[in-house]
Amino acid sequence: MIFSSILFPNGSVGSPRESFESPACFLDLNLDQVIDAITIGKQEYNLKSFFFNSLRDIDVIQYRHGVMQDLENPTLMECIKTFAQNMHTMREHLAMAQKLHNKYQKERWFLDTVALYCEYVQGLAQGLAISHCTSHGFLAFREYVDAYEKSDQFVKLLAETKNVQAILDQVHYCLEIKGNTIRVRKYDSEVDYAKDVNDTFAKFRQDHGKNYSVQFSLSSEMNHVEEEILALVVRLYPDTFLILDHYCLQYRDYLDEVLRVFDREVQFYVAYLDYIAMFKRKGLNFCYPQISDQNKEVYVDEGFDVALAKKLMNENESIVCNDFSLRDQERILVISGPNQGGKTTFARMFGQLHYLASLGCPVPGKKARLFLFDQLFTHFEKEENVKEYHGRLEDDLIRIHGILLQATPNSIIIMNEIFTSTTLQDAILLSKKIMDKIIQLDLLCICVTFIDELVLLSQSIVSMISTIVFENPDLRTFKVVRRPANGRSYAMSIAEKYRLTYGSLKERIQR
Amino acid sequence: MNVFLMHRDHDFDLDKVHPSNESELIQDLQLDTLFNAMARDDMFLLDIAKHAVLVGLTDIDSILYRQSILQDCLKNDSIIQTMYNIAVESIANEKKNRDIFREHPDARLHRSIEVMQMFVGMMKKLRSIADEHVHQFLSQGFARFFTMLGKELTDDYFSRIENHLNELKFHNGMLISVQLGVGNQGSNHILLKHPPKKHNWMDQIFMNKRPVYVLSISDRDESGISALTDLKDKGINLVANALAQAVDHILSFFITLRTELAFYVGCLNLYEQLMIKGEPTCFPVPYALNERRESSLGLYDICLALSMEQRVVGNDVFADNMDFVIITGANQGGKSTFLRSIGSSQLMMQSGLFVPATSFSANICNALFTHFQRKEDIVMNSGKLDEELNRMSDIADHITSNCMILFNESFAATNEREGSEIAGQISRALVEKQIKVFFVTHFYEFARGFYDEKMKNTMYLRAQRQMDGERTFKLIEGEPLQTSYGDDLYRKIFNSN
Repeated sequence: MIFSSILFPNGSVGSPRESFESPACFLDLNLDQVIDAITIGKQEYNLKSFFFNSLRDIDVIQYRHGVMQDLENPTLMECIKTFAQNMHTMREHLAMAQKLHNKYQKERWFLDTVALYCEYVQGLAQGLAISHCTSHGFLAFREYVDAYEKSDQFVKLLAETKNVQAILDQVHYCLEIKGNTIRVRKYDSEVDYAKDVNDTFAKFRQDHGKNYSVQFSLSSEMNHVEEEILALVVRLYPDTFLILDHYCLQYRDYLDEVLRVFDREVQFYVAYLDYIAMFKRKGLNFCYPQISDQNKEVYVDEGFDVALAKKLMNENESIVCNDFSLRDQERILVISGPNQGGKTTFARMFGQLHYLASLGCPVPGKKARLFLFDQLFTHFEKEENVKEYHGRLEDDLIRIHGILLQATPNSIIIMNEIFTSTTLQDAILLSKKIMDKIIQLDLLCICVTFIDELVLLSQSIVSMISTIVFENPDLRTFKVVRRPANGRSYAMSIAEKYRLTYGSLKERIQR
Repeated sequence: MNVFLMHRDHDFDLDKVHPSNESELIQDLQLDTLFNAMARDDMFLLDIAKHAVLVGLTDIDSILYRQSILQDCLKNDSIIQTMYNIAVESIANEKKNRDIFREHPDARLHRSIEVMQMFVGMMKKLRSIADEHVHQFLSQGFARFFTMLGKELTDDYFSRIENHLNELKFHNGMLISVQLGVGNQGSNHILLKHPPKKHNWMDQIFMNKRPVYVLSISDRDESGISALTDLKDKGINLVANALAQAVDHILSFFITLRTELAFYVGCLNLYEQLMIKGEPTCFPVPYALNERRESSLGLYDICLALSMEQRVVGNDVFADNMDFVIITGANQGGKSTFLRSIGSSQLMMQSGLFVPATSFSANICNALFTHFQRKEDIVMNSGKLDEELNRMSDIADHITSNCMILFNESFAATNEREGSEIAGQISRALVEKQIKVFFVTHFYEFARGFYDEKMKNTMYLRAQRQMDGERTFKLIEGEPLQTSYGDDLYRKIFNSN
């Protein structure tokens, strides 16, 4: 097996047009928040572009599912995280080596950085060896690392590095300071004074005691006295420092390119799994969806809007899960019902699920089957132009027209409260016309609307409504259920809220 | 170097948590009077007295250990005071020296040398007290302490310390060993002892063959001079640390000495005040946890005694083998005072103190609890009963077998029948759980109910009343009577007007 990337199987091509900007749907679906939260603290890896490019190829999605599932094994995850932390440390050290100006200081930083690298590679190989892997991605990677660690090139690097370190460790010198004069010579087994002081006062010792020793900062540049002393030490040990010079020249390009790329790419998985772990701790489910680019039957059990769920979790509020299911010829979900009942959230969830699935990620929900779209379009009401009725209606139509021009039967369209800026009659008329086009395209669509009539347009439309607790309308369920649209009166609900219905009022008066 | 004057085998632990009902104990038994008498306005003595009395001992040996030390103290009060002053002064001198924030090893080393010189002087004083007076002390605690001072703080030892303090002034320059660390910067700086001068000419010649490179820093090179200072700081870092720790350790010896002696100084303060009033004290005889002892002659309430001009009335109690003592009788007949004298003497005994009585013996208890009706809640009110039961529930969260609990007119915030029922059910449960209960009550029904059961482990005390209605403030053993003589009190107050 040849290994090249943990994100793409060998031989596959990456996204056709790799994008470094977020897709247009991100803002409407709150996916910008989601990806920000996933990648926070991992800026050094520049992960966002991985999340900006949805996949077209089911094989790549399967490859990622496999890798992601392997990483759900704590042993492997621990191993990868340790490696990541280690590589981070290594990069910091290398940056230090580059920043310094004193030759021998630079060289030593470089040497120690390579030593760390060797240690980290060995740790990675050991960690992988004891981790259970089944995915093509990790099996190939494990094989790669194993071969690399055993390669002559690596073995020699390790031996040389250790050797040079050992030689440097033997440098041991004495400073005799009297007045402004420092005499530098080799150490000659004189006795440690602090130990003598400790022995004298041992009888008073109760515990280890507070540490008064000062931590001197080490990473700073050397001052000129230190440099001069080091220069004298070099004269005391000339051969030692010659060896160091040679070493640094020889191993300038020590870092393996495949490992370097892996270190960045694997963070795509780590970041995502870390992110969903916090939801799982709260008892929410994520699942690996079945994905098809042919069959448009889709469903989710107990899905949720991840962006909202995170916000609710921060506020310690409970999170409501919702289901959807489109069978046979059903293609379109029309969502109506009371406001503030979770309609928009439901539409976002539908979009998020499909988008996350297209990255090869597990999605919020207990079980899901999703469609691999070619394009995901969203049309959400833009709040900023509320007053320009005419301009806004025109703008709405232009945008929808643009979407319908690009959309194919394999696209997904999510529309949220369209045509709210015009009269009801206009809205009904326009909505029907747009829906007709969508029905003809036979694509998957979600339409949040206050226009009940849309439901009756076609057999391919499924009606779902947001619900509230009848007795207490303030108590929101945020449940959206498959049910025919009904223009229910709210007056009674409000009466109940104040417990002024016949039954409630009687009960209260009796007490 | 352990002080061990509060415990045979460990230091007095000020971090030990006070009982959860600390504030109730202090309020109900009016312990502040006792603490203030021990402290005589010294906040430190107050803290220690409080801690020692509230966090008591729970085994006989530990109590007897402190009792014998306290007996030594009573005989040698001026020596105790002198040693206490040495500890106080040592700590104060060290603190004076600490005010300035000193971070550099060099400054820290200087300061440590100064403080150490002061400590050496103080330790010498302690040693000479030990030498002179060791034979006057009979307790195991002091015998061990003085012997230790003589053995550990020898003249040789003092001169060894003084040698170090001299050497660390570096009149002969500084010798530091260094290795290569991060980035080949010097690391692992270790101050070395100067090797003895080589007199052998062969060695001399051999020495001279080794390469030595010399670096001189000009006086005008300011950054060079400061780098040199840094280097020296690195060199003396560990030794400065070692000496600073030694200072800390000796300081903590003085702190422990001060802390432990503070308890005895407090005892001496208390003793002196009681002597002036002519109130008797005695060392109590502690019995094991699982025994039931409560016998005393002339037991009085120490806090009442300390706050009154005249002498107070003592009670004789013979309640050995009793789990449950119910006290009834006349208002203002000394019931509450008696209950407090039982409680405070128990705490005093378990702290190693003498007790306010001519003789006293009692079993040790795991912890003491009080449930007193608060003055403000005499009015009948369901909210008050709620508060009382809530407090009782707190006690129930913490009480265990072989504890002791004192009830004073508890659950009186309701009528007699309900109150009796609650009191009866609670006391019965506690007694059956091996908890020693003292209950002052005016609920006749409650007291009578138990009396009629004629249980061997229950005793009834009554506030005494003479034929003319005059109160003696003495308690006698006797069956509960129906009235509390409230009208006596009424008459007395109204007649006197």
